[in-house]
Formats: sequence, structure tokens, C-alpha cells
Amino acid sequence: MTQLTVDLPGLMLKNPVMPASGCFGFGREYSEFYDLKQLGAVIMKAATGEPRYGNKTPRVAETPSGMLNAIGLQNPGAEKIIVNEVPFLAEYNVPIIANVAGSTVEEYVKVASLFNNADSVNALELNISCPNVKEGGIQFGTDPDMAAEVTEKVKASSHLPVYVKLSPNVSDIVGMAKAVEAAGADGLSMINTITGMQINLSSRRPLLANKTGGMSGGAIKPIAIRMIYEVKQQVSIPIIGMGGISTAEDALEFLLAGASAIAVGTANFQNPYACPEIIDNLPHVLQQHGFDSVTDAVGKGHER
Amino acid sequence: MKKRVEMIVKSVSEIALDTFEMTLENAFTAKAAVPGQFLHLLVDGHTLRRPISIADINREKETITILFKQIGDGTKRLASFQSGMKVSAIGPGGNGFRYDASMATALLAGGGVGIPPLYCLGKELRKNGIQVKAVLGFQTENLVFYEEKFRQLGETYVVTDDGSYGYQGFVTDVLDQTGNFDHYFSCGPIPMLRAVTNKLGNDSGSISLEERLGCGVGACLACVIPADSEGGYRKICSDGPVFAAGEVML
Repeated sequence: MTQLTVDLPGLMLKNPVMPASGCFGFGREYSEFYDLKQLGAVIMKAATGEPRYGNKTPRVAETPSGMLNAIGLQNPGAEKIIVNEVPFLAEYNVPIIANVAGSTVEEYVKVASLFNNADSVNALELNISCPNVKEGGIQFGTDPDMAAEVTEKVKASSHLPVYVKLSPNVSDIVGMAKAVEAAGADGLSMINTITGMQINLSSRRPLLANKTGGMSGGAIKPIAIRMIYEVKQQVSIPIIGMGGISTAEDALEFLLAGASAIAVGTANFQNPYACPEIIDNLPHVLQQHGFDSVTDAVGKGHER
Repeated sequence: MKKRVEMIVKSVSEIALDTFEMTLENAFTAKAAVPGQFLHLLVDGHTLRRPISIADINREKETITILFKQIGDGTKRLASFQSGMKVSAIGPGGNGFRYDASMATALLAGGGVGIPPLYCLGKELRKNGIQVKAVLGFQTENLVFYEEKFRQLGETYVVTDDGSYGYQGFVTDVLDQTGNFDHYFSCGPIPMLRAVTNKLGNDSGSISLEERLGCGVGACLACVIPADSEGGYRKICSDGPVFAAGEVML
């Protein structure tokens, strides 16, 4: 019997697989494909203090082995999410992670406090890494001092464990990870998308209305693996790994690099059953590579 | 429950320049589909699926016909599929055309690859005893398709941008000649839909939109269109692709 359970701050997971923020809405659409109770957890789409309408379209473009997106944090605002969306997900009895976004430290704190007082939310994912909005998000994710400040303030305003979602758009990912760990983060979530651009030959203009977008999908997997590997050696808080995972083999690679759990993003679009298929295949893939449990595999890609 | 299915390619043929007609077999999809919906097809080597609207449904043979234009690598690959091959499809996706079955006459106004879903709809309308008139717009003569099929449904006007076939001009240039109708249905590029809805502003109508999709099921918010309704946006893939004229801001 292969043990899939994972025990993380605030999250008792029956398996390590969860849909990544922004790729799964609030679960309603994918609940029409399968029973969401199979999932290890669900990370909800980013919530801000006020409703956001997002960017103009086109918002997505395909790239070799991946895609660019610039949705721009479109969401109905944390209050509506708590009233209209959280209860729906809670029915599936699956741990819920709320992705918290904002333009200012005050907005992050406001959103975190709202979720703190909501029933059924088990943890926060602090989104300091969205590359697609003009204000907020990424500037917190590229400056270690700002990242530490927002982490500290959010921690102080909420009893929920905080997983800080790191941006790969930095030269020193370890420095970012250490800064938020020192500020009290309970875990890390990495990586968010990598800023990219595609230019349309006919119009001679960037294809996305936002010009730049966040790159995701299989193409960014080696970057995620490298960053998790480096961070794992320098921090002691657990990592939720993400970036191009579409199979149970990919999931195991992330565990070996040092992730304790994994999130699936872009793969949901191509294969709506990506998460349950990874969950189904993971025991076999673990056994095949000599592991009796998920926790056995965590960090085993490092030198012994 | 929604489904991802394997559809079997029954035939592929080029029916106009770079325009391909493909027939796909799957019992579930052929039973569930209605005019106006789309299939979200997986093409090997590509991250995102291709949304292609349904041009015909044959419930007896359990087939769906789609039409697409070969534009990029994905549609080029799709066009190279041989009969007998399997294609992964999610769908039927989106909401189809809704109409009052008691109406007497419907006007179909389509442009380019926006025309196929109107054929599917036109067949169904005729089956329900509704008269059909069609205005079909193409860029040029060698891109014209389905003219005969539409003529079998009713009075049909073909218009080309360059006048190389049929009337010269845009779809909107011949709308005046079509006479009275109870409701119009239009599908095509957004500038065309804007022109059609402006011209037929006082009439009751439905439009069907196309956009780049991400997930195709309403989760990723890639394919939104501004609307006056609460939230400020509607999702083309799951709230649409068919909307009432005026419901969204083109």
C-alpha cells in the first residue's frame, strides 16, 4: 500500500495533488468532469479586496510546450468569493487554500483577514508574483524586503498558515525564499509564471493585449525544478511545487527536487482529468522508483 | 457530467481554399450536440485545444461535421488527419442557439468560418418549419463554401469583399435585400458582428462569437467579452458563444 498522505502546516492532505490557482476557477467547471473530493486540496483563483475586471483580450497565446496568459486577476472580490464560492467547494470536504492578492500591503492584509474569518478555508497562498497587473503582485515578489513585509503583516492578521507564492522572475530565488521564511511564512508555493511575450507577425504588435504575459506549461518545468532544488537546500519550510506538471512522473520529479506537495495548472486546460489521473498513477510511479510513500520521495533528488 | 471523448475521423476534405470539412464519429457527442456549440479538439504537440464550431450533426450516423480554416500549425496538423484516426474532443461546449420555434422566418448572416454553425442551425430551423434566408460573406471567390447547401435551405445571398463572386461588399451591404424576418442569427469576426448588430439594431437577434480560448470550460477567464451585466464580463466559452444581440459590448 503506497502512502499518499501529506501533513503540511494547516493542511492534512490525503494526496499531494491540487489544482493551481487561476487554472481551476473555484472548482465549479471541473466538478462537471469529476468528483472534486478526490483532490488533495484546491487552490482557489486569486482574490483581491475589490472586484477586478482584469485585462483586455486577447489574454492567452500558445507557445512551444506552453502558453502565455495575462488574465489580470479578474475576480469578484474576496467577500463575494467567501459567500458564493467557498461554500460550494466546502461541500466536497477538500482542504481549501485561498490565493490572496492585492496592490498594497493593506489590501493583502484586508483579504487575508476576510479569509481568516471565513469558515472552511484552511490556508492562504500569498500571491506576490502575478506578473500581469500594473500595480501590486510582482513588485512584492521581486524585492525581498517588500516580500518580507507583506508576509509579516499578513501573518500578524491571520491565524491561517501562509504559503508565499514565489515569482521566478528574480535573479536570487533563494534570497526571496529566505526572506519570507524569516518573516514567518509557513510554506512556499513555487513557481508562478515567467514573464514572456509573443509578437504577431501580421499586426507587428504583441499578441496579448497586456503585451506581456506569464508563461506556463511544460516549457517552464526545468526552471521550477531548478528553483525548488536550490531553495530546498536553504530553507526548512515545506514547498508546494508547480510549473509544467502534467503526469505522475512530473509530480515525482518535483518531490525529488524538494516539493512536499504539487499543484497542476496549465495541464488542466488540455486534460480536464489531469489531477485525478496524476493521483491515480502516483502510487504506481512511486513504487516503480522504490518509494512506499510520497514523504519518502521528498528531497531525494539531492546529494546524499 | 461533462466529457472528454475520443472521436473517430470519418472523412477530411478541402472544400475551399485552406478550408477543411471533417466528419467525426462519437455516439455521445452526436447525441448531445446542438447547433451553436463547439468541439474543443486536441492536436498533438500543442498545449491548448482548438475550439471548432459544429457545422452539422447526424444523430443516426452518430457523426458531427466541423469546418475549419488552416491558419497556423495546429489547424494545419488537424487538416492532415486521416480517416480512422482518433481525435480527443471536449464537448459539445458552450450554449447553442435559442429560438422561438413559432417564428415564421429567420435570417442567417455569416462571415467566413463563422458560417458553419449557421448551417447547422438553418437545417434545424427548417425541420421545425421556419423559413430561412441566408447572407454569406467571404473575402474572395476561392474561399466560398456551402453555397448550395444553404440554397437548399432557402433564399441565399453570397457576397465577397472583392466582388470576385456574388455581390460585392460586406454582409451588411445586402441585408436590405432580404426582406422581413422575425429574428436574425449572426456569426463571424467581431467587426462584422458589430456592423450587423448596428444595421439591424431594431430587430431581435442572436450572435455567436469566437475568441482564443484557454480551458474552454469557463475556469480560466481567457475568453471574456465586456458586458453590462454584473461582473462586467461574460465568458465566451461557457456563457456563450451565443449571446443575444446587445447582451455583450462588441
